Amino acid sequence: MYKIFKKIELAPEVKLIEVYAPLIAQKAKPGQFVILRVSEKGERIPLTIADTNLFKGSITIVFQEVGKTTKLLGKLKEGENIIDLVGPLGNPSEIENFGTIIGVGGGVGIAALYPILKALKEKGNYVISILGARSKNYLIFRNEIERISDELYLATDDGSLGYKGFVSDVLKNILDLGKKISRIWAVGPTIMMKVISELTKPYGIKTIVSLNPIMVDGTGMCGGCRVTIGNKTMFTCVDGPEFDGHLVNFDELLLRLKTYKEEEQLALKLLEEGEEFKIASK
Amino acid sequence: MLVNKKKTPIPEQDPKERIKNFDEVALGYDSELALKEAERCLQCKDAPCIKGCPVNINIPEFIRLIKEKKFDLAIKKIKEADNLPATTGRVCPQETQCEALCTLKKIGEPVAIGRLERFVADLELQKGFDIPKIKRKNDKRIAVVGSGPAGLTCAGDLARMGFEVHIFEAFHEPGGVLIYGIPEFRLPKKIVKAEVEYIKSLGVKIFTNVVIGRTYTVDELLKEYDAVFIGTGAGTPQFLNIPGENLIGIYSANEFLTRVNLMKAYKFPEYDTPIKIGKIVGVIGGGNVAMDAARTVLRLGAEEVHILYRRTEEEMPARYEEIIHAKEEGIIFDLLVSPIRFIGDEKGKVKAIELQRMTLGEPDSSGRRRPIPIPESNYIFPLDMVIVAIGTVPNPLIARTTKDLAFTKHGTIVIDEKTGKTTKDRVFAGGDIVTGSATVISAMGAGKISARSIELLLNHNL
Ligand SMILES: Cc1cc2nc3c(=O)[nH]c(=O)nc-3n(C[C@H](O)[C@H](O)[C@H](O)COP(=O)(O)OP(=O)(O)OC[C@H]3O[C@@H](n4cnc5c(N)ncnc54)[C@H](O)[C@@H]3O)c2cc1C
Ligand SMILES: Cc1cc2nc3c(=O)[nH]c(=O)nc-3n(C[C@H](O)[C@H](O)[C@H](O)COP(=O)(O)OP(=O)(O)OC[C@H]3O[C@@H](n4cnc5c(N)ncnc54)[C@H](O)[C@@H]3O)c2cc1C
Ligand code: SF4
Ligand code: SF4
Ligand code: FES
Repeated sequence: MYKIFKKIELAPEVKLIEVYAPLIAQKAKPGQFVILRVSEKGERIPLTIADTNLFKGSITIVFQEVGKTTKLLGKLKEGENIIDLVGPLGNPSEIENFGTIIGVGGGVGIAALYPILKALKEKGNYVISILGARSKNYLIFRNEIERISDELYLATDDGSLGYKGFVSDVLKNILDLGKKISRIWAVGPTIMMKVISELTKPYGIKTIVSLNPIMVDGTGMCGGCRVTIGNKTMFTCVDGPEFDGHLVNFDELLLRLKTYKEEEQLALKLLEEGEEFKIASK
Repeated sequence: MLVNKKKTPIPEQDPKERIKNFDEVALGYDSELALKEAERCLQCKDAPCIKGCPVNINIPEFIRLIKEKKFDLAIKKIKEADNLPATTGRVCPQETQCEALCTLKKIGEPVAIGRLERFVADLELQKGFDIPKIKRKNDKRIAVVGSGPAGLTCAGDLARMGFEVHIFEAFHEPGGVLIYGIPEFRLPKKIVKAEVEYIKSLGVKIFTNVVIGRTYTVDELLKEYDAVFIGTGAGTPQFLNIPGENLIGIYSANEFLTRVNLMKAYKFPEYDTPIKIGKIVGVIGGGNVAMDAARTVLRLGAEEVHILYRRTEEEMPARYEEIIHAKEEGIIFDLLVSPIRFIGDEKGKVKAIELQRMTLGEPDSSGRRRPIPIPESNYIFPLDMVIVAIGTVPNPLIARTTKDLAFTKHGTIVIDEKTGKTTKDRVFAGGDIVTGSATVISAMGAGKISARSIELLLNHNL
């Protein structure tokens, strides 16, 4: 059992939890993730380790409630337990002093980008951060990222804060200034990572993305998380989750993410109806 | 006395009924049938059958005890050698092991050793088992990586020898392939759980959700433990590497079976993990795993299930019994065909497979006749789900994170077969991680060998 120490609502349907998992906390490196299960009948889902606290023996997870499992996770209160939690999984990010790097984070991906940028900053990189979300409320981890950034740019779809538009527009403006950029990290929705990778390719700047296919075990045993990188099939959980964005077949990944659309909607509907039923019968 | 030439048949669920449920196919002997079958055993002095059993169960002796209706003693006798008898009695390929060497084969069918083993094991599970009293004889600690048959056996034996044993398992449930691979209708999960409970009752502690190579490395284990046994199996699925393989609806057998068995996708939406079942399903491969996948998908509502295999039935590695069961249930065998590519629709879902017809040539290194493609024989076969069951290889995590541990080019760990010793000091290995995909009982045999060697090393410095 893995106890939830702390829970904060960062934005509508975006929650942060700190979970007691001392082994994972000791081992976790930027870019790695955990797989958890919320109940005996639950699904195994992957979530990125956004931070660790060795003193408390805890890891921080930030998640968006998009379906049944993340909704159930969102309902757990401080003091309650997650039944299964395994990790750290995946390969750590490659952290070196590259020079100047840009981190692009979208939505809940901002939290996943944070430990990577923090480590890059500690290695002496000049860190330029570009964060984007639907609107101001969804721009999570702003202060944390600001603290470790040399430059910070914000973008919202509705213009409620920062630039009105996409992070890719902001990135393009920066790249066009002609400054030498050694590497770019893009972490966020798959479509965002695709757009950013397409944008940076002509500039010839290596762009790392963190892929999020559907997973089961997270240890290389099922092949459900396979993605096409260049012309090769790779398993995201053991070969990734970070890959060279210029080699990723994003269209295939976008299709594969829709595999269980109908089942996901059904599970969510039953969950919500179940709740109404409970409220009605009270 | 005249011996019956045939095995006493085991009652089975009717094929028409059983394809609608996940209950066990073979129902097991009752005591009357078991006594009748035990009578057939000739109690051979040299007992050739024992040599066919990788853990050397004293077969004539346990059968004699059954004859004398001393069922309690019969199971005790088996358990001296076999920690998981309800499992091996069900899934051992007896026809190539113990039963292959039975004297009765000269005149007819061998004694149904597996069925008798299962009978006394089930009887004990119903009653609740006797837990042998074990004293901790020393303060040495051993870490076992993986809780499949190899790990469970090694751990169980070491616990009986008086060691403190900790098993580390990556999944949230122990059992390895017994839990996530072999389907419910061949090996009920409550049986596996009971057998795991038995191992725990010997004092073994199992820590689930720990991935060695990630959560801890083998080198870190060596700092805390006196010896390490690696029994991580061969769980990484292979694919065909042909165009279209990542289309939606194409599963590895491991993913398909894990979703269904471990995650209980067959009970979706009561259980949260989904699975998408096609109407016309192609299962690629001819081994036990292909048969299990085909029979499982049939039970989940597929209308037509085709085994697509590139040689003929004769070369199929699957157990004969499983091929018969599959046929009885209506699985269609499309033989001498080889997949060329998959074709998808605009949503990225598989809608057909291109197959090429094959013919058989000269025997290859495995002794089986090699399939040769027939030019211009390609055709398109429409289907909407594919399960790829062409084998698995060892998981690379430990190889990538452990120094001084030698691996073959196939990714299996190099050991000394007599002792289970690896090239790394105090590290032993056995089961599928050493042999590649093999059998439950051979993995258990390997677990036993390593347990013995660990005892010799730690207690006698040998
Ligand atoms: C390595 C990795 C790290 C991840 N880190 C985070 C994280 O830090 N925070 C976070 O909120 N999410 C993260 N995800 C995504 C997260 O795993 C999914 O959102 C989650 O599995 C959804 O489960 P559910 O049952 O709530 O929703 P479901 O019912 O499974 O899905 C609901 C909706 O989410 C979409 N979806 C399903 N699975 C994924 C997925 N793997 N990625 C993106 N969309 C998906 C579906 O298409 C559907 O529209 C990560 C995924 C991976 C592979
Ligand atoms: C579908 C199917 C049907 C089969 N049918 C039969 C049959 O009828 N009869 C028969 O005799 N054999 C059968 N087999 C083969 C048999 O199951 C295997 O040979 C046997 O299970 C191997 O045992 P093992 O202990 O070596 O490995 P496994 O059973 O594979 O167990 C390995 C365990 O280690 C865990 N693990 C892996 N890596 C790590 C890590 N890094 N850290 C921690 N834990 C880890 C895994 O999660 C797993 O639980 C079948 C196999 C399959 C897949
Ligand atoms: S364990 Fe397997 S091989 Fe050994 S006697 Fe039992 S059925 Fe035969
Ligand atoms: S070889 Fe056959 S008949 Fe002889 S003891 Fe063994 S099981 Fe009995
Ligand atoms: S999640 Fe199963 S292989 Fe990656």
